[in-house]
Amino acid sequence: MSQLSKEANEAVKSDIVVFGSETNPSFYTEVQEICGENALQCYQCGECTAGCPAAFAMELSPNKVMRMVQLGCEKEVLESATIWLCAGCETCATRCPKGLSVAKVMDACREIAGKKGIKSSEPGVSAFHEVFLAGVRQNGRVFEPLMIALHKVKSRNLFQDVPLGMKMFAKGKLPLVPSRIKGLEEVKKIFKKTAAK
Amino acid sequence: MARIGVFVCHCGTNIAKTVDVEKAAQAAANFPDVVYATDYKYMCSEPGQNLIKEAIREHKLDRVVVAACSPRLHEPTFQRCIAQEGLNPYFAEMANIREHCSWVHEDRGQATEKAIDIIAMLTAKAKRNEPLFTKEIPLTKKAMVIGGGVAGIRAALDIADAGYKVVLVEKTPSIGGRMAQYDKTFPTLDCAACILTPMMVDCASHPNIEIMTYSEVEEVSGYVGNFKVKVRKRAKSVDASKCTGCGVCYEKCVVKGLPNPFDEGLGTRRAIYVPFPQAVPNIPVIDRENCRQFTKGKCGVCEKMCPAGAIRYDQEDEIVTEDVGAIVVATGFDLWDYSKLGEYGYGKYPDVISGIQFERLMNASGPTEGKIKRPSDGKVPESVVFISCVGSRDDEHGYPYCSKVCCMYNAKHALLLKDKLHDAKAYVFYMDIRANGKGYEEFVRRTIEDYGANYIRGRVSRIFPEDGKMVVRGADTLLGQPIEVKADLVVLATAMQPQPDAKDLARKLGVSTDQYNWFAEAHPKLRPVEFLTAGIYVAGACQYPKDIPDTVAQASGAASKVTGLFSKDALTSEPMIAYINEDTCVGCGLCASVCPFTAIDLVEVVDRAKSTREHQVMRTVARVNEGICHGCGTCAAGCRSMSAKLRGFEDTQILAEIEALANVHS
Repeated sequence: MSQLSKEANEAVKSDIVVFGSETNPSFYTEVQEICGENALQCYQCGECTAGCPAAFAMELSPNKVMRMVQLGCEKEVLESATIWLCAGCETCATRCPKGLSVAKVMDACREIAGKKGIKSSEPGVSAFHEVFLAGVRQNGRVFEPLMIALHKVKSRNLFQDVPLGMKMFAKGKLPLVPSRIKGLEEVKKIFKKTAAK
Repeated sequence: MARIGVFVCHCGTNIAKTVDVEKAAQAAANFPDVVYATDYKYMCSEPGQNLIKEAIREHKLDRVVVAACSPRLHEPTFQRCIAQEGLNPYFAEMANIREHCSWVHEDRGQATEKAIDIIAMLTAKAKRNEPLFTKEIPLTKKAMVIGGGVAGIRAALDIADAGYKVVLVEKTPSIGGRMAQYDKTFPTLDCAACILTPMMVDCASHPNIEIMTYSEVEEVSGYVGNFKVKVRKRAKSVDASKCTGCGVCYEKCVVKGLPNPFDEGLGTRRAIYVPFPQAVPNIPVIDRENCRQFTKGKCGVCEKMCPAGAIRYDQEDEIVTEDVGAIVVATGFDLWDYSKLGEYGYGKYPDVISGIQFERLMNASGPTEGKIKRPSDGKVPESVVFISCVGSRDDEHGYPYCSKVCCMYNAKHALLLKDKLHDAKAYVFYMDIRANGKGYEEFVRRTIEDYGANYIRGRVSRIFPEDGKMVVRGADTLLGQPIEVKADLVVLATAMQPQPDAKDLARKLGVSTDQYNWFAEAHPKLRPVEFLTAGIYVAGACQYPKDIPDTVAQASGAASKVTGLFSKDALTSEPMIAYINEDTCVGCGLCASVCPFTAIDLVEVVDRAKSTREHQVMRTVARVNEGICHGCGTCAAGCRSMSAKLRGFEDTQILAEIEALANVHS
């Protein structure tokens, strides 16, 4: 169906108004294209929200995100902190009676937000994603001291977690020299292949 | 001198736990006329019954009192038991020391005392038991089915196939009912006409079925096996024996543009018409209120045009009396009028329609030949909103109950809309989705997941027109946000309600209805197709909202009850019923007015005391119709002259019970 109804959705202007603005009826198909999850399958039982370890911090509960994807409340979802607070632990996916992964939907939403240049409302989280990936791109694995430093600079929060850093250093968790993996070329190929279009 | 045996049952521990059964048996042994008393673990078991039989033989017992459970449960068991020993079955009495004693008390001492009291009462009564005998009542093996929808058709076919004659009475000009109006049926999407019309034709051609259309039940009298039903066959103004169904009359009729109720007002018919092309019988009727021949006194076009000479302006209503043994009530349902709802436009917006109207818009034989167009301007809708629970689950405006089928037909409508118009969008406002039939939940999910119907959980608070669209304002309760949908067409799933004349028919039949006027079955779980009035059965949505599978299942159930009844050559009457002592009856009629089964008639008899050979004096007395009487005893309790009596519960017996109770305590 999705091809048919996607065309239909694109052909027809939105008839539905939520949060005072018109919705994007093809939002769920955009999400589906990225992550493969058909949000229409969600019947709003709420088991994802019930099990989510991060739900306490989210302004939109996971099931509400699914409902908004169904309705096409694109702006509200993409600007929310929720999609950045999802830790991707996939507890929702293992428990969902319809076999949906809300985590994947959240991830797709982050990707769409990135493409659309919507600023993350949790800059610390998005900055972490960036420096983590930059490290992997460079060395094939994370070099913790550099990643921490870059993250602190990016998130402009230089002195957060200093005592924890000292403890980690004392236990030898923060190496002084970066190490590289053997198959660095392969990693670069992966980056090339999956780079945002 | 009676010789009474008392048998006290332990009922496992049900009785023995609270009542000292041995003590009760010992006490019973000393009651007057008791020659034998004992106790046993399970009196209803085979060894228990053998114990009773042996005691009857050994002690020459002529009355048996079983102190055990309710007579509703095991009276027939012990009646059969003593009958096998040659005693009249009505010489067995049950002293209920379970429901009336052990189950409701905790104190063992007091419960035992009460059990002894109960046994004392029943032994006193048993002593005065008279032998009673069942009677045979003749039986007419012909059934009447009232209502020619799918329920009536199924029931009629089942009864007729079993080899019995059936009269199928239908109010409208054609059988088919609601189902004939539908386009497709959930969840298989069978075309309704494709599966219904063959059944309609089978009915018409069945040698055992007589169809009376355009007819209504006027009066019902009699009782199970022997009903007399007066049916008014309204004048069709067409001679059915001559009409060939060619259709020239309605093609030529000059009175056009009358709203066709079959199309729910969306299509038109003429003054002479068949309601729909597949009508059975395919015989037109003249709508006399609109026909020019009747309103103006001149026209006669159809009469001139009819090649068969079948038009009969002078035809009159005919009353026929049918003798039948059983009646199946299958009169179906009506739909709630949503024009009561101001927030949905008081019914004045042409593009706000009901679900049944949407069925007609989708149906190939409907007013638009199956093309979905909105009524106001004929535009093909791009977005359609379906609203559930309009009048259902609404205590304030409609009915508190759930109409049961709307969730499914909303899903069906949304799916069929997407199927016919790929680019159209379907929105469904719902409170809950109740899809609890075989394949139903899957069907709803298919509509949402595969066809992309947008389901919104919440009620709609207002519909109003804006820029050529209908704006539907509701809330998404899952989001907690108000929501607005701009629609071209709004379809309301209106509540199912009883037929307006259901109460009237119930009164004629002597059956009961519930608080809404749905027909009330005898027991909601264990007797779902019967009425309390014997010989009358219920099928389909006249009992409560039902979908087609449930309706057809119930119709077959009712039909099997009828054929079960007809499998006997005669009916046996229960002897424990009321009778009137006509010598003392003063004919006041109180018994007749309190009888819940209308089993008592007032009749004229010759007053022998006042009559002479030359001059007869008549007087009025009450008489019990033994076929109808259920033996409830209301008449006996009410009778002022003690003339109404109940066999098996005579005043002497009841008074003896009271006396025994007083003696035990004096």
